[in-house]
Amino acid sequence: MSDPLFGAMLQSIIDGSPDKAVELAQQALASGVDPLDAINLGFAVGIKFAGDQFGCGQMFLPDLLASAEAMKAAIKVLEPEMLRRGSERETLGKVVLGTARGDIHDIGKNLVATILAASGFQIFDLGTSVTPEQFVAKAKEVDADIVGVSALLTTTMAGQKAVIEALDRDGMRPRLKAIIGGAAVTSKWAAEIGADGYSRNAIDALELAKHLMADRATDKAAHKGLA
Amino acid sequence: MRPRIQLLSPELIERILREAFELLMSPGVRVGSAVVELLSSAGAEVNNGIARIPERLVRRCLASTPSDFYLYNRQGEKAVHYGGDDVHFDPGSCCVQMLDPETLEARPSETRDLVRIVQVTEMLPQFAAQSTAVVCNSSDSNNDAPSGIGDLYRLFVVLQHSDKPIVTGSFSAAGLHGMIDLLAADSGSPEKLRQQPRAVFDVCPSPPLNWSEFGSHNLLDLARAGVPAEIVSMPLAGGTAPVTLAGSVTQHAAEALAGITLHQLAQPGSPIVWGGAPAIFDMRTGGAPMGAVETAMLNMACAEVGKHLGLPTHGYLVATDSKLVDAQAGAESARSATLGAMAGINMISGAGMLESLACFSVEKLVIDAESIASAQRLARGIEVPGDDASRGTFATAAFAQTGLSGEFLKLKETRALFRQEQHLPSSVIDRSARGSEPATDILTRARTRVDELISQYREPSLSEDVLREFQAIITREAARESHQSSLLSTK
Repeated sequence: MSDPLFGAMLQSIIDGSPDKAVELAQQALASGVDPLDAINLGFAVGIKFAGDQFGCGQMFLPDLLASAEAMKAAIKVLEPEMLRRGSERETLGKVVLGTARGDIHDIGKNLVATILAASGFQIFDLGTSVTPEQFVAKAKEVDADIVGVSALLTTTMAGQKAVIEALDRDGMRPRLKAIIGGAAVTSKWAAEIGADGYSRNAIDALELAKHLMADRATDKAAHKGLA
Repeated sequence: MRPRIQLLSPELIERILREAFELLMSPGVRVGSAVVELLSSAGAEVNNGIARIPERLVRRCLASTPSDFYLYNRQGEKAVHYGGDDVHFDPGSCCVQMLDPETLEARPSETRDLVRIVQVTEMLPQFAAQSTAVVCNSSDSNNDAPSGIGDLYRLFVVLQHSDKPIVTGSFSAAGLHGMIDLLAADSGSPEKLRQQPRAVFDVCPSPPLNWSEFGSHNLLDLARAGVPAEIVSMPLAGGTAPVTLAGSVTQHAAEALAGITLHQLAQPGSPIVWGGAPAIFDMRTGGAPMGAVETAMLNMACAEVGKHLGLPTHGYLVATDSKLVDAQAGAESARSATLGAMAGINMISGAGMLESLACFSVEKLVIDAESIASAQRLARGIEVPGDDASRGTFATAAFAQTGLSGEFLKLKETRALFRQEQHLPSSVIDRSARGSEPATDILTRARTRVDELISQYREPSLSEDVLREFQAIITREAARESHQSSLLSTK
C-alpha cells in the first residue's frame, strides 16, 4: 500500500485544496487503490485532523470549509468506483437539518451540514424556516437517526421546542435523537425543552452526533437483549 | 490611509519649541561636571553647574542626529525601526515587585520572575523587543544578583534567554561599561555592536531640567560607544513640571533638547531617541498615575514634538495604576496602547506593569499583548485591496462568485485574506458561546496562556565562547563591586 499517497491525500484536505484532492483521488483509482481505503486511510484522516485543529483554535472556519470542500471533491471522484465495486462508504448516520420556523439565518446550520457530511454523515438539509411537520415528515421518509434544529433568534427558539414536541407526539423519540444549536441557545435551554443535545459550534456538533450514534448503538443492543 | 491622532498643531509645536529654547537659556539646565568642558568649548555658558545652551548650538546638534536607526536581533536581522511612524512595543522596565498570580499579592521580584517575563515576551510577536523588566532581589535565593551589578546581571539574564532586541538602562555610570562589554561579546565585537546595535539604553534626566552627573556621563559614554541612547524624561505635570499639559510638554522638550546636545557634542551622528515617561501628578496621592488619559496625552504630545524635529520617538504607556489584573488594568492599558499606536510612537514601553510601575504581572503582560495586537490592527487602518484581478474590487468580484447565495465563507478570497483583515486573538480573549461549564475570567485564561507560552518556549543556543566571555565580564564587574560571584549557576 502506498503510504505517501495517503499522506498526500491527508495533506490536500488540510490544505483545503480540492484540485489536489481530485488529482490524488484519480491517481488512487488509476493505480487500483480501493476507494474506501483512499477515504478511510487518506482523506477522512485529513478531515479529522482539520476538525481537531479547529477545535483547539489552530484552524478557522474558512480553513475548515475549504477542507470540507476538498473532501467533497475527492469523494465525488471516488464514488463511481465504489458503486462499481458494490462497496459503500459506511454512513455514520442519517441527519435531517433545518432552521426553526420563522428563522432564515442558516450560516450555522450550513456549517454543521458541511462538517457532518465531510465526516461521513448523510445529510438531508431542509433549508430555512422549516415547520415541525416538515421535520417529522422528512425524518420518517429517510428513517433519520438525528434531527437538528437551528435557531439564531431568541424569538424563533420556541420553534425548536415545537419540533421536539412534534417528534414526541409521533412517538419517534427516543429512538430518534433531537439536537439543537444557534447563537442564543444554551445547554440550559436544551435541557428545558428535552433535547438530546446541544453544541456551540460545528465541530462540537460533530462530536455530539457521534456520541448520540454511539448511544443509539447501545440502546439498540440493550433492546435486542430484552427481546 | 494609516489612521492617526494628533493633539498638537504645527503652530503649537513651534510655540512649545520656542519656549523650550528659552528655558535652555533661562533658567538654563543643571549639568554634571563631566560635560562642562564639552559644552563650554562648543559655546555654551556654564556657571556653577548650570549651562545656558543657545538655540544655535542645539540646532547644530539636532542636524547631526540620525532621523532613524534599527535595532537588530541576535541573528543580525533588523527587528525594530526607530523612525517614521513605525510602532513597536516592549514590556515595562525595572519593576521591583511581582504580582503572585495565585495569592494576588505583590512580593519582591526575583531572577525566576525575570526569566518567565523574558520567555513569555520572546513568544509574543506583539513585543518587538525585550526589556530588563524586573529587579532580581536576592531575598530567597543564592542565585540572585548582588545589587551592585544588578543592571548588568539583568541584561545577562535577558541575553541568555532571548534573541530579540533589548530596551535596557544602567543605574550607575560605572555599570554601563560592563553592560556594553556584555553586548559587544554577544555581537562579536564592539565594532559589530556599533554597526548592528542589539540594545537601546534608557537615560533619564531628573526633572526639572537637570542632567545629573550620572545621566550626563551615561549620555557621553553611549554616544562614544555608538550604542543607541533613549532619553526618558519624566516631567510630572503639577509636581515636577508645570501643571498644564502644554507646560509639561515644553519642559520635556527642553530636557530632551539638552540631552541631545550633550550626546551629539560627544559623538555627532550617534543614535538617540526622543523619549520619555511623562505623567500627570496625582493631587490626591502624590503619585504618577500611568493609567490616566492625561498621561497618555502627554506621551502623545511629547512624541509629536519629537516627530516634528524628525527624530525617533519613545513613550511609556500600556501600564495601569490598579494593583490587580482587573477591569481597571485592562481599560487603562488598552486605552493607552491604542492612543500610543495612533500617535505613531516608535517604541512604547510599559506593558505588564501594575500599580503605577511598582509591580509587574506576567498575566497582565499576555493580556496587554491582546490590547497591543488590537491597537496594531487599528493602526493599519482599512486597507484597500491590491491591484491583482481577484482583489481589485471591494465587493463586486466576491458577489460575482457568490451571487445571492451568501456563501462568503467558502470563497478563496475569504480564506486568503481573513488573517490579514482580522486580528485573531489568543485564548486570553473569550468570544466563545456559553457552554455547560462555568465561564472563566480573564486572569484565569491568562494564567493558562502564560503556562502554554512557557511550555512552547525554547532557549536560544549561545556558543560556549560567548558564555565564557559573559562569565568573565560578570566576574570582573562583580569583583569591581567587591562581591563574590556565583552568578552563572542560574541556568
